Amino acid sequence: MDPIAAHSLGKLIGAGIACVGMGGAGIGVGVIFGQYLSGALRNPAAAASQFTNLLIGFALTEALGIFSLLIALLLLFVV
Amino acid sequence: MAEPAIEPIHQFRIYDLFNFGTFGGDGATGGIHIGFTNSALFMVLILAVVLGFLLLGSRRRAIVPGRMQLMTEMSYEFIANLVRSTAGTEGMKFLPFVFALFMFILVANLFGMFPYFFTVTSHLIVTAAMAVTVFLTVVIYGFYRNGLKFLKVFVPSGVPFALLILLVPIEIISFFTRPLSHSLRLFGNILGGHIVLKVFAGMVVALIATGAWAPLGVLPLAMTVALTPLELLVGVLQAFVFAVLTCVYLQDAIHPGH
Repeated sequence: MDPIAAHSLGKLIGAGIACVGMGGAGIGVGVIFGQYLSGALRNPAAAASQFTNLLIGFALTEALGIFSLLIALLLLFVV
Repeated sequence: MAEPAIEPIHQFRIYDLFNFGTFGGDGATGGIHIGFTNSALFMVLILAVVLGFLLLGSRRRAIVPGRMQLMTEMSYEFIANLVRSTAGTEGMKFLPFVFALFMFILVANLFGMFPYFFTVTSHLIVTAAMAVTVFLTVVIYGFYRNGLKFLKVFVPSGVPFALLILLVPIEIISFFTRPLSHSLRLFGNILGGHIVLKVFAGMVVALIATGAWAPLGVLPLAMTVALTPLELLVGVLQAFVFAVLTCVYLQDAIHPGH
């Protein structure tokens, strides 16, 4: 196989594999919102006070998915 | 295959609107290129919109606020409550800083949703500059206020000594990767969202170009329409998240070791 084709092949496969990481972030974000919802249904009075914490947890979890997206984009457009 | 003309990252290109030339260097390499780019133009526009919004809203200062004044007061109250609840009363001195960051990012993200508008926050250098400013503010103010006691930020309280050997390196790493994750979060969300929008928009063009399959172009078009409000939500949410995390980090500078 010629080097240019091998380069682009590895790049595309790598970008695809990097996107698998976003699945983990998806699970994490789902857990956070699901737990918040079940907690909010048990005690709706306390729900509003925890909304900021919900968003902080969401942001921290989502960042990990963004990292893998970034790796995929770097592989596609920079490498 | 998509034509190069509808390549999804074309929208992030920075170019000079006019330039003052390159200073120093030997012409081909080195030197400082000074120019007024489209990115700078949109930053000035964002600043003008934020200033206009706040000045117009606070112009009349009526006891019973009108619509404009109400919006200004609501945005102020929103951030003031946020800072008070996350960083405490002592953190209120950072309210102008957090408010400025929030308004700039919010207006930048909303500006980006207009077609053909440049999205300032989709460039890592812009978000990194803001995140590093926050990081340096935390470090400098933390040492200024607490002296060497600021180092307690690396030592979680109420943890047995044996566990500290493991926890302190983790805390140090997590502290120093904060500007990285802080800037990448905003940048990645905006960049990713805009690329997805343009990919679906590109599918519409590609399907119409095929001729026979053109009616199927309705499907990606519907997707684009559905994604636009989602991106509006993401833009507002990320501006809020950036402000919240700034407050959380400032809280560390004010009360280390909690």
